[in-house]
Amino acid sequence: MNRASLTRHSDFEWCIEPTGQMRVPAIIYAGEQLIEDMDEKVREQLTNVATLPGIQRAAYAMPDAHWGYGFPIGGVAAFDPHEGGVISAGGVGFDISCGVRALRTTFTAAQLEPKKNELADALFRSVPAGVGSTGAIRLTEQEMDEMLRGGAQWAVARGYGIAEDLESIEEGGCASGAEPEFVSQAAKKRQADEMGTLGSGNHYLEVQRVVEIFDSVTAGVFGLHQNDIVVSIHCGSRGLGHQVGTDYLKTMVIEGYRPIPDRELACALIESELGQHYLGAMRAATNCALANRQIITHLVRKAFGEVMPDVKLTLLYDVSHNTCKVERHVVDGAIRELFVHRKGATRSFGPGHADLPAALLGVGQPVLIGGTMGTESYILVGMSEGEQLAFSSACHGAGRSMSRTQATKHWRGRTLVDELREKGVLIRTRSYRGVAEEAPGAYKDVNAVAEAAEHAKLAGRVARLVPLICVKG
Amino acid sequence: MEANRKTANEGRALNVKASHWEHFSHGSDIGVRGFGASVEEAFEQAAVALTAVVADVSRIRQLESVEVHCTAPDIELLFVSWLNAVIYEMAVRRMLFSGFQVATSGCSLTGNLLGEKVDPERHQLAVEAKGATYTGLRVAQQDGQWLAECVVDV
Repeated sequence: MNRASLTRHSDFEWCIEPTGQMRVPAIIYAGEQLIEDMDEKVREQLTNVATLPGIQRAAYAMPDAHWGYGFPIGGVAAFDPHEGGVISAGGVGFDISCGVRALRTTFTAAQLEPKKNELADALFRSVPAGVGSTGAIRLTEQEMDEMLRGGAQWAVARGYGIAEDLESIEEGGCASGAEPEFVSQAAKKRQADEMGTLGSGNHYLEVQRVVEIFDSVTAGVFGLHQNDIVVSIHCGSRGLGHQVGTDYLKTMVIEGYRPIPDRELACALIESELGQHYLGAMRAATNCALANRQIITHLVRKAFGEVMPDVKLTLLYDVSHNTCKVERHVVDGAIRELFVHRKGATRSFGPGHADLPAALLGVGQPVLIGGTMGTESYILVGMSEGEQLAFSSACHGAGRSMSRTQATKHWRGRTLVDELREKGVLIRTRSYRGVAEEAPGAYKDVNAVAEAAEHAKLAGRVARLVPLICVKG
Repeated sequence: MEANRKTANEGRALNVKASHWEHFSHGSDIGVRGFGASVEEAFEQAAVALTAVVADVSRIRQLESVEVHCTAPDIELLFVSWLNAVIYEMAVRRMLFSGFQVATSGCSLTGNLLGEKVDPERHQLAVEAKGATYTGLRVAQQDGQWLAECVVDV
C-alpha cells in the first residue's frame, strides 16, 4: 500500500482521511513493513466501508488485513441502527462464525513424544477433514432447528462435551436471536452430513507446544506454561453457513440498501425486514459453527482417550472471527448498542469487561491467532486500550502472501510433509495438493502480525506455540 | 493474472475450440475465468475453472448428470448464481463435475452437469468451494469472445 496517501498517527496507526462519500475516516493498525506489503485493495474496500450509513467512529483494518469481499478480511466496522446503520453479509463472510478454539491438556511435550504418531493417527481417524468428508451425526429437521437455536449448548446437552466448556465460549456457546426459519432448506440440506467436520482450505486441527511465554501473569490465568501441549481447532459453520452467506448476499445485492459504492458491499438496513431476517439466519449459522467446534472437541477428547487415557482436555477459549455481534460501546461519550462486524478479526475485550467469564475478568479475553502448519500460532489477550481503538478487536491470523496457484508451483505437498516431519511436525491429510496450497511459505509472517497487534495496543502477546501434529482440512 | 491457462486440449471438458478457462489471483482465495464464443460457453468454461479449484478436472468421469436452474436480474448476477448452483450440487451430492452445458433465456439459465461421486484418492482434491462472490465479477465481450469471471471463496 502506498504510504504517501496515509496520515501517520503513530508507529502502528495509519489513517485514510475522509474524502468524497466517506462518512468517517479509515484506520489501519500495522507496522511500516506490513503497511508496505498490504494490498491496495484494502484501502479501496476500507474506504467503501466508510461510506456506509450509520457507521461509527471509523472503518478499521487489523495488521493482517487483505483483499476480501466488500469488506477487507481483517476489517472491523460498527453500525448504529438508530442512525440508519446496516448489516452486511459480506462484512460477516461466507464462513459465518469461523473461528479458533484452544484446549489445554494435562501433559507436556516430553510425555507426548512417544505417543505422537499414534495420536496423530487417532485424531486423523476421528475428525473428518478435507473435501467431501462427512460426519457420523444425522439430524432430523426438528433436531437441526434445535441445533441452530442452541449452538454449543445444544451440543453439550446431547453429550458432546461438558457444561464447563460453555463458560469459555463467546456468548456462553449460544448466539441469542437465532431464527432457523430464516435459514433456507437448501442451507439445512447442505449441512445434513457435515456436523462435526473440519472442512478444508486453511482449516486445521493442531496439537501445539507452548514455546514462549510473553506475559507470565496472564499465561498463568489462562493455565499455560512453557512446554505445555495445547490443541487448536480452526473451522466454521460448514455448508450451512456457506449457503446462508450465498443466499443472503444475493438477496442483499438485489433488494438491499442503496446506494452502495460497489455491489460486493451488499447490505441491508438493520431495522429492515431483510436485515432482521439475515440477522436471525446469521445467528443460526453462528450456532452451527459453535455446535460444530463443540462436536469436534468431543471427537478430539475421544481420540486422546484412545491413546493417552489419563489426559484431560479443558477449554481455554473459543473465538469466532467472522461475525456481527451486538455490543455496547462508548461513542462520543454515550453508551450505544452497536452491530460490530468483524470479518477476519477477533473480538478482544480487555480486563473487567462485563461479558467476560469470572475467571478471565482480571486479565481480559484470550485472542487466538492461527498460524500455519510449519510456523507459529499465538495466544494474545485483549487490552483495555482496545475499546477506544477498534471496538475491542484484534487480528485473526497471518493472511496469505501468495496465491494458491502460485503456492502449488512453488511446493509439492508430499515433499512439504516430509520436510515438516524432519522438523518434528506430523501432517495428516487426504490432499497433498491442499498441503501445497497451504504451504507455510505462502503466508505472511504471523510474528510480525502479533507484534503489531501488541504495539498498536489491540491485544498483548501471551504465548507463542509451534505445531507438533496437524490434521489438515 | 496467473499463467494457469488451459486450452481446449488440456484437461477441459467441452468441445468448443475457442473456449478455455484460467484462474486469477486473489489475496486469500482464487478467481475463476471462462472464455467462449457465446456467453453460455464462457459460463461453462468458468464452471470448469471452478471445478479445477477443487480437484483435477481431467480425472472426473462423466457418469451421472444433474440439471440445475437459476434466475437473476442481470447477466452478471446470473453468472454468480450459476457457479453457486454448481457449488451447491457438489456439496449436497458429494459429486464433482467435468462437463457443463448451459442454455440461457434472458436472465434464466438451465444447466446440465456431468460428473461422478467424489473419490478422494483419484480426484486429487484440494479445497472446498464455499461460494462464488461478487468480487472481481465481470461478464463481458472482449477481443471477440465472451468472458465470465469472479472470485470464489474457498
